[in-house]
Amino acid sequence: MRAPVAMRTPMVSARGLSKEYGSGAARVRAVRGLDLDVEAGETVAIIGPSGCGKSTLLYLLGGLERPTAGSLRLVDQPLEQLPEAGLARLRRHALGFVFQAFHLVDELTATENVELPLLLAGASPHRAHKRAADLLRSVGLADRAGHLPSALSGGQRQRVAIARALVNEPAVVLADEPTGNLDSEATTEVLRLFEQLRADGQTLVLVTHDERIAATADRLLTMRDGVLVDETRLSGGSGRSLGAITGLEE
Amino acid sequence: MGEPRELSDREPLHGYQLRVVQEVLLALLVQSGAHAYELRARLALALGPLADTLNEGQVYVTLGRLETSGLISSQRVERVDRRDRRVYELTEAGRERVLAWFEDVSWPKPAPAEFHLKLVAAAATGLADPVEIVDRQRHQLLSGLREAQRAALAEPAGAVAGLLLEGVVLRLQADLRWLEACARFWSTAEGRP
Repeated sequence: MRAPVAMRTPMVSARGLSKEYGSGAARVRAVRGLDLDVEAGETVAIIGPSGCGKSTLLYLLGGLERPTAGSLRLVDQPLEQLPEAGLARLRRHALGFVFQAFHLVDELTATENVELPLLLAGASPHRAHKRAADLLRSVGLADRAGHLPSALSGGQRQRVAIARALVNEPAVVLADEPTGNLDSEATTEVLRLFEQLRADGQTLVLVTHDERIAATADRLLTMRDGVLVDETRLSGGSGRSLGAITGLEE
Repeated sequence: MGEPRELSDREPLHGYQLRVVQEVLLALLVQSGAHAYELRARLALALGPLADTLNEGQVYVTLGRLETSGLISSQRVERVDRRDRRVYELTEAGRERVLAWFEDVSWPKPAPAEFHLKLVAAAATGLADPVEIVDRQRHQLLSGLREAQRAALAEPAGAVAGLLLEGVVLRLQADLRWLEACARFWSTAEGRP
């Protein structure tokens, strides 16, 4: 079960978050004093051109990199005071990651890939196996459970990776260009899953330059040059706007 | 500049869209005559969730215009227990119009020129911030994209209306990419051009 969270406590809360690489003339300010709150059950997309710092931001939010300045709370836990081991523990239990390049273990089957985080977190093999089977079924891959990643299409691999990200019932899922390596058809499969996650109330932060996956989010932030420059809440809209776009009405 | 034109109520719609509705109705009559309700049902099948956006009166108004132009003819058919209804048939001129439509390569007027000139004018006059105009437009298109995408995902696999929705999604995506380029240009340019 997910840990109960106090009302209106953001799942992710960043203040003045900054990340710099290098020094002197070679200094790169990838993320520059950024504030961000993500509420429980909210899906947030951060969209921006490549090099705008959005992947660095996601790595900071996931505790995969330490910020140069600023503070960050994840699931109401301040990260800056957390030692490396505690951070790793938080990542294992509270976060799920989806990457552009899938990052599946080539030598393991789909099921074994999905089980892995649970086994690492100390679950019994029986429970891990059952949960992996359930998740693979929910992403439509029950019949591919015994396949190695090399025997799966790009879209199928990303669905395995999404199942893996969900296996420990994470408080927050972080996704880095989840459709970046996929063709249009495979993108649609992943879009379907993200729509489902949103409907299920999964807290989700994704960074992307793909407007299609961004449009599945409740809130969309635009990032340019290391800062968030624009924010919009996406409404479902009315049927009328579709008519105008298609040229069926004025 | 000439006299400002008055919008006549004989022309509830104009331009590309009206023409399309005309040609589409003609095309739907090629195989067999039909009454207005049947035509609307055939249109709805091809449009899927977008069928709601077609004004119901539009079909009737357009049929009237097509008949006046001699592209279709109609006949009142009596029915025993219900109101009579009008069945429309394609004329030879109408058939030729449909064939010409299939040959035609004109494309709906794209938005970029007008929007581009709006941004240039905003910057030149200082009456509005081009970057804010771009951002407002992006919000609008993103909401449209979300809506079109949801509608597309809700279509069963292989449904013909899904293809139309895919076109809508791809087009919005292209427009959004261009708006991003506009935002970059106008946010780095003080008083451009």
